[in-house]
Amino acid sequence: MKVLQIKNLKKRYGEKEIIKGISFEMEKGETVVVIGPSGTGKSTMLMCINRLTEPDGGEIYLNENQITGSKHPEIFRQKIGMVFQEFNLFNHLTVLNNVMIGPMRVKKFSREKAESIAKENLKKVGLELQMHAYPAQLSGGQKQRVGIARALAMEPDLILFDEPTSALDPELVGEVLEVIKKLAREGMTMLIVTHEIGFAKDVADRIIFMENGEIIEEGVPSLILNNPSQERTRQFLAKFMEGR
Amino acid sequence: MKMDLVSTLKVLLDGTIVTVELTVISFVIAFSIAIVVSLAQIYGNIPLKIIATVYERILRSIPLLVVMFILFFGLPSFGIRFNPFMAAILSLGLCSSAYQSQIFRGAILSVPKGQTLAAQSIGMNGTQIFVHVTLPQALRFAVAPLTNEFTIVLKDTSFAYALGVTELLREGTYIVSTTYEPLLIYLLCAAIYFTVTFSTNTVVRRIEKRFALPGFEFRGERA
Amino acid sequence: MIHFINVFVNAFPFLMDGLVFTVELALSSIAIGFVIGIIVGISRSYGKKWSYMISTGFVEVIRGTPLLVQLFIFYFALPQIGIRLSPIIASIISFSINSGAYQAEYIRGAIQSVDTGQMKAALSIGMTKWQAITRVVMPQALIKVIPSWTNEFVYLIKYTSVAYLVGVPELMAQGEFIASRNFEFMNVFLSVAIIYLVIVLFITWGFSRIEKMVRMPGV
Repeated sequence: MKVLQIKNLKKRYGEKEIIKGISFEMEKGETVVVIGPSGTGKSTMLMCINRLTEPDGGEIYLNENQITGSKHPEIFRQKIGMVFQEFNLFNHLTVLNNVMIGPMRVKKFSREKAESIAKENLKKVGLELQMHAYPAQLSGGQKQRVGIARALAMEPDLILFDEPTSALDPELVGEVLEVIKKLAREGMTMLIVTHEIGFAKDVADRIIFMENGEIIEEGVPSLILNNPSQERTRQFLAKFMEGR
Repeated sequence: MKMDLVSTLKVLLDGTIVTVELTVISFVIAFSIAIVVSLAQIYGNIPLKIIATVYERILRSIPLLVVMFILFFGLPSFGIRFNPFMAAILSLGLCSSAYQSQIFRGAILSVPKGQTLAAQSIGMNGTQIFVHVTLPQALRFAVAPLTNEFTIVLKDTSFAYALGVTELLREGTYIVSTTYEPLLIYLLCAAIYFTVTFSTNTVVRRIEKRFALPGFEFRGERA
Repeated sequence: MIHFINVFVNAFPFLMDGLVFTVELALSSIAIGFVIGIIVGISRSYGKKWSYMISTGFVEVIRGTPLLVQLFIFYFALPQIGIRLSPIIASIISFSINSGAYQAEYIRGAIQSVDTGQMKAALSIGMTKWQAITRVVMPQALIKVIPSWTNEFVYLIKYTSVAYLVGVPELMAQGEFIASRNFEFMNVFLSVAIIYLVIVLFITWGFSRIEKMVRMPGV
């Protein structure tokens, strides 16, 4: 079953068309990485998928059910997890409560059940010792791992990652990427927008190159990164190679 | 005329009690109204927003004394008669509610947008987001300005003097009229007001410190 | 309704007489208060031990006691030690001191928000501390303080109504006089309220225009 189908997605801000008709699909267990220049609508696209931003056109299907146009987005949002560039952890809650609050308040699980789910997921990202700390006391890498645990606690069918490592100091990037790799190995379906080309090479089943709100090219990493068919893809990658 | 210090202090104390009563009751009335007004301004539909905004704009632009006189002297011609105490707490309550609504509004809008996005992303609906994410954080932002507003209401209770309410200032004035020691008495009154505001601020600051969460700055600005 | 308009129109000239006093009181108080505010604000920000303590004490006491009590002290209490002030003078002095204390805090806040790097930079090119304060910090701080004048001016326009209680014939007093003379309490006080409302809205609008004109990117 196709977990995600996007057909002709469009998004405008005022006069400007940010997303110009994007279509792609994802199978269960796939990890798809989206790369491309900044400001080309990659993050906007992610926000459209869970309708944190409303699309202006096109259709989106989750597990082959249409989610565009439904009047209660909070229902299908339980099945889509999101990890934010700015972490967005709930400042007034401990790490444990951050991860627990979804299962407890949204899924209405009992406190004990929610707590055990939370602890399990914190263990998975390696943070069970920091359960009772507050977000302000954590490093960036730790915060992001809590964000991942929070998304995992809802047992989603798909997790969206919006530039998960862009706000991190370089030495903290690795711990987050390790967690993401682990999730990929365990078969989680993930759509990741990132700048880390090297990471894309490591973990992606498929890479999509987006520029100016359009998909220029998609394919397996070895093909896209080493032998892209489009000129613009080539130019973009060249900048990354020499920039190092 | 010889002045009896003990009975003077007793009279002033009675006045202080009335002052505190005025303050607390008015503040609570204002608080309740302000919550409704601020929610209307942020989450309401257009007509609600307009009504709420007009309400707070008008009440922030008219002097407290005018409101008091309208309620106490003006309403009787419509058949509504308030005693001075009631007129005072209603006026204080109405005026403070306008300021408090802006405090709440500011506090709610200070909660970073990312918090709402994250809450939406795990499937919370509007009410859940407000109750579990926005409100707990907004309340913490509101503590400092609300304390400030409390002391403002406390000081404004002195206006009830104009309606004849036997609060601290009026009691002081009665004593002055019998003892002819205005300097001493009014300075005493000032000292009492100061002590009450100072203690309130100190107590609140202690409570704030105790309940502070790591990473939460309590904003200490004047409203 | 028609009756109300009737009352409003008839009362208007007298109320305007009162308004003149109100504005006079507010303007003089904010101006004198500004001078006091600068002195106290600088003292609070840069002063050494004694001036800091005195200015802090001043601010805390004034802000911790009601304006009305301060006014009563100046008008009713000072005569006891031989200083007899007219209602207007007592009011202006009292309001100025009150406003000065609040403006001192706004100014202190503005001074502190002007990057401390500014002071370091000024000193590093050889300015004395005093030059740095007057030529670098204060100009920027004063621009930052302008928005707070709106607040302060509105506050004064409203609170000058207490001058009525010591006999100044300002707007509130005029209203009370006309109302009790004619037994038209509701209509007259509503008229008074409307006048205050219009004045305050006008001031708020006016100051936001001024703010826009004086805005400097980056300050």
